[in-house]
Formats: sequence, C-alpha cells, structure tokens
Amino acid sequence: MEESAPVIEICDVSCSVGGNDVLRGLTLQVERGEIMVLLGRSGSGKTTTLKLINRLVSPTSGEIRVHGVPTSQSDVIQLRRGIGYVIQDVGLFPHFTIEKNIGLVPRIEGWPAKRIGERVQELLKLVGLSQDIGPRYPHQLSGGQRQRVGVARALAADPEILLMDEPFGALDPLTRDELQKEFLSLQRKLRKTVVFVTHDLREAMRLGSRIALMEAGKLVTVLTPGEFVQSEDPLASAYVRAFGDGLLSSVNRGTS
Amino acid sequence: MSVLQFFLQNRGQVLELTLEHLWMVGLSTLFATLIGIPLGILIAHRPVYNKPVLAGANIIQTIPSLALFGFLLPLPWLGARADRLAILALTLYALLPIIRNTYTGIRGIEPAVLEAGRGMGLTESQLLRQVELPLALNVILSGVRTAVVISIGLATIAAAIGAGGLGEFIFRGLAMVDNRVILAGAIPAALLALLADVGVGWLERRLQPR
Repeated sequence: MEESAPVIEICDVSCSVGGNDVLRGLTLQVERGEIMVLLGRSGSGKTTTLKLINRLVSPTSGEIRVHGVPTSQSDVIQLRRGIGYVIQDVGLFPHFTIEKNIGLVPRIEGWPAKRIGERVQELLKLVGLSQDIGPRYPHQLSGGQRQRVGVARALAADPEILLMDEPFGALDPLTRDELQKEFLSLQRKLRKTVVFVTHDLREAMRLGSRIALMEAGKLVTVLTPGEFVQSEDPLASAYVRAFGDGLLSSVNRGTS
Repeated sequence: MSVLQFFLQNRGQVLELTLEHLWMVGLSTLFATLIGIPLGILIAHRPVYNKPVLAGANIIQTIPSLALFGFLLPLPWLGARADRLAILALTLYALLPIIRNTYTGIRGIEPAVLEAGRGMGLTESQLLRQVELPLALNVILSGVRTAVVISIGLATIAAAIGAGGLGEFIFRGLAMVDNRVILAGAIPAALLALLADVGVGWLERRLQPR
C-alpha cells in the first residue's frame, strides 16, 4: 500500500435504520495522520458515520475501506481491535480497576502480564494521570480523569486509527479546554489517524485538520478550519455566525 | 411437654428431615440456576423470546403447588419417586425469579459500557463473561435468594406426596391436631429460610461490583 493512500475511505455510503435514512450517499476520505472532524447538529448522521468505520453500524449500500480493505470483508473483531474508540459517556467498566480497564485489549490479545503492566504505566503518564490511580475504580475518579482513562484505553494496543465521539462534550469548560490542549500535543507525538465527532464549531476549529460539515444525513462540504471561517457555504457561514467573534483565534494552525 | 422437649426427644428425626429438606431445596435451586441463568441471558439478548419465556415461567407460578405435584405424578421415572417429583416441581417454581433477575440485571447495564466493549473488539462471549455477567451478578444472586427462600417454604408441601422434608412434621401435626409437632417442622423451616436469606445476601454483597 502506498504511503499516500487514504487510511479510511467511505464510498457512496447510505444507511437506513428502521426505515429512516440516516445517511445518504456519503463519500469521505480520511488521510493518514490527520484529525478529520465531523461537525453537525444532532441527527445529522455524524455518529452513524463514525460507527460505520468500526462496523458498529452496517451500511445499507456503499463501501467503507480501512487501509484499503473493505470492512465488510475484514474480521470485525480484528478490525475493532485495530481502531481505538472513545465515546462521550466513556463507558469504563465499573467493575474493573483503572489498570484493568486500560489493559483490557492487550489482555485479550494475549500480551504477557509484564508488558501489559508497563504499557498501562506508560499510557497513564501519556494522558497525564498519576501512576497511583491504577488500582482505583472508575467511580472514584472525576469526569476529566475518567475521560483521560478512556483515551488511554483506546490507545492501549497502539491502534493506528482513533474514533472519538464527542469525547469532551460532557466536561466542564475548563477541563474540556485542558483535555483539548493535551489531546493536540498528544496527537503531535502519536500522529494517529483521527475521526472526531462534535457539534461544537470552536472544538472543530481547534482540533480539526479538516472539518466535514454534515446536515440531515448528507455531507455538505469538507474544509480546513481556515477555509471554514471564510466559506460562502450558507450552512458553514450560519455556523460561524452562531459562534460569533473570536473564532479565528481558535483556528488550528498547523498543529497537525 | 413443650415444643423444645419434643424437639430434643426427636432430634434424630428433626435432623434427618432437615437434611431431606435441604437436599430438595439445594438440588432444585441448582437446577433452576442452571436453566434459569441461560434463559435469562437468552431473553436479554433476543427480545423475541422475552414474552414466551417469561409468560411460561409466570404460568408455572400460578399453578397451586399441591396441584402441580399432582399433575407431575403420572410422569415416567420422575413419578416413581416422590423426592424426584418434588425436586422437579421446586425447580419449576424457582425459575421465574432467576430468569427475571438475570434479564433485569443484564438489561440494567449502562449502554455506554456495552458499546465501548463492542467498539474495543470484545467478542460477544467475552462481553458476556467479562462484562455482562459480572455486572449483573448481584441482581442475579438476589433472584437466587428469592428462589431459595420460596423453595424452603414450598418444600414443606412436598411431604403431602410423601417426599419427606420438614413438611412431614407439619402434616403429621395437622393430622394429630398437635401444635408442637407442627412447630417442630415449621420452626426449623423458618430458620432455614432466614439462614439462606442471610447467607446468599452476604454472598451478594461480597461479590458486588464496585
């Protein structure tokens, strides 16, 4: 596979759930090492798009390729283990300690215990958590700490792709700001291919290499943050107006 | 002669009937658990089976226990021995709380936890063994607890078909119009029920997920 080929290709995908068209004719490519933000209001199909990639949702028509291989032909379990997944509600296993939560995928992949232990310590450090948090349980952590654990868990087996569904949406503004900042510096080190769902334009501007604007199950346009603020597209400019001034200052400037 | 004296004089028989009682309740609970938990898992994962399974278990509950013992009498092999019949009937009665609690326990798990598990690439069986069952365990156990307590009471009626157990004393006492004899069966049965309740309750707390 050549270096320049897109890591994720969504080709003319439609998807209906219970007779409702959730997605119609979506085509989108995500390049290696970029953060592709899916921006749109609730019901625009952005979460569905994300779940198509790790096959939590199956398309009605069209094809999704990951590393050039159609996902319909790959083993779903192996596909998912190669893709980190972070969701807003985090979904940490409440009966597992933090260490066990982070080490779950390496454990079921059969890593030796020593290597798992080292990896967990490494990841805790990477996401800015203290090492002594390992033996604790999720309910003993704050929302921000839990979300950091969620990111660490997604990164555990070092997947090349990271899917993030409004991971910072439920956090208070200060913690969110902190986690966005740290996520960007983490991404500078790790260079994962990230698909990031949000409805927050400010977050999209700050994190996105490119922004895919979605509305009512369709892709409206794909723009860089710089293009987005100047876009003539009615929906894009409506977004910019809704978020008001000061947006330009939060534009992602070549961080990824 | 007081109840206590009657007790002491017949302690050999009290012990024997208590053991018989425990045998019936223990085996039937074991069978009901072995059948009920998989059925509960099935209906939690395949909602189409939900109604028929729960309706079936509910209908069994509505059959009066004496009538159920009677219905089962003509069965081959099982009908040949009263204690087999009693164990079968008790198993049937114990199914509902175990199936229902298994179902409730699994359905009560936060959807985000299951979605994260699937998204991380757990197979359905890994998800069941490592996430669903551990998280549903204390709800399942409280179903087992209900089943055991009900069974200990119901098993006294098994004496009516000659299956033994502490019901022997109760029926004999009724026939003799002798309260001491009735109490010699009823008190140990009540104590067993209390002990079982406390015992399984303790297990439930010990195994509670954080």
